[in-house]
Amino acid sequence: MAALMALLRRDMRLAVRVGGGALMGVLFFLIVVAMVPFALGPDLALLARTGPAILWLGALLASLLALDRLFAADHEDGSLDLILMGRAPLELAVAAKALAHWLTTGLPLVIAVPLLGLFLNLSPTAIVAVALTLLVGTPALTCIGLVGAAIAVALRRGGLLVPVLVLPLAVPVLIFGVAASNAAVKGPMPFGTPFTVLVALTLFGVVLGPFAAAAALRHGLD
Amino acid sequence: MRISASNLGCVRGSREIFRNVNFNVASGQALAVLGPNGAGKSSLLRMVAGLLRIDSGGLGLEGGDDELTIPEQAHYLGHQDALKPALSVAENLGFWAGYLGNGRAGVTEALEAVGLGAIRDLPAGYLSAGQRRRLSIARLVSVPRPIWLLDEAAAALDQAAQGRLIDLMRRHLAGGGLILAATHAPLGLDAQELRLGAV
Repeated sequence: MAALMALLRRDMRLAVRVGGGALMGVLFFLIVVAMVPFALGPDLALLARTGPAILWLGALLASLLALDRLFAADHEDGSLDLILMGRAPLELAVAAKALAHWLTTGLPLVIAVPLLGLFLNLSPTAIVAVALTLLVGTPALTCIGLVGAAIAVALRRGGLLVPVLVLPLAVPVLIFGVAASNAAVKGPMPFGTPFTVLVALTLFGVVLGPFAAAAALRHGLD
Repeated sequence: MRISASNLGCVRGSREIFRNVNFNVASGQALAVLGPNGAGKSSLLRMVAGLLRIDSGGLGLEGGDDELTIPEQAHYLGHQDALKPALSVAENLGFWAGYLGNGRAGVTEALEAVGLGAIRDLPAGYLSAGQRRRLSIARLVSVPRPIWLLDEAAAALDQAAQGRLIDLMRRHLAGGGLILAATHAPLGLDAQELRLGAV
């Protein structure tokens, strides 16, 4: 347990230091969302209607941004070798890294939603709905991305492989996240139905992701 | 405690690196793994560290902690230093002491032992190659583990630091530890020799 706390603390510290991924994700999110009104034009009704989808897309892309480095950085400097030799189960070590990643990149996205929602003319209800669905949905994105990042390290192909592997798998999360947000605003479906599916997807990802990522890392021994 | 290898073989990228390697190292003994570049010295150490799949033969461990595997009782000092440039010297070592061992109790002593006590708050990104190496060696001191796997541990070290490393290795052996070291230069202490030749 102490070992996992040490890993969690180190990863969070690295993320908030200079060159870490924490600020990058939020800035990217901010830029993507701020660009949309320029592209769509000043049609407030249109912005309000497409707002939840835009926020979700922005959050999806932003949370992928730093994922690529999740294991690659540790692999390149030899830290991954030593993490494999630790006495903590690799699955839990991977989960600790995922938690650190979510706390430093996923959670700030959720916190930024109220501000960015105003840019997109969202109603208070819609802002709360998007923030809530992102709070529940971003752990699923992190855990799906975790598997992609581990496979990328095992195959020794970095860069674009992670988004290509991960984005198709993130489609269900996106669908139900946006559906729940829209349901809260205009119905006709109750908010609870897509939201429960989203919760289920997250639980599924949180349980399976660390096992799959640890298996990929072990298989990639070289 | 005793580690023995029987008929170990290593194939990398469909090329056979070595086969039928046997050795037997007990507590208090060191094994120097010698051989030209590409003979498989690093691969052999990585196999013992559990970081490389064993293609043929096997490794055995007698004594030691029955609950733990060889990698869980071993320190691996590879070519890479496993340091994060954004963290300070003490933070880097403190993390490994916390992750591999039982907390950061030994950090200060370990930094003094390798002569880095004065720059404990400097970010590791500013260290020279020799200082990075010494910080990695401090990891072996801060967390007690009986098996040391050293891959060219003395590379980039100056004379004084090499002397200190030899002292640390002697003390480790005297305390019942065992060492497997891949090296080109003489180890500086009594050791069995295992010579790997290019196949």
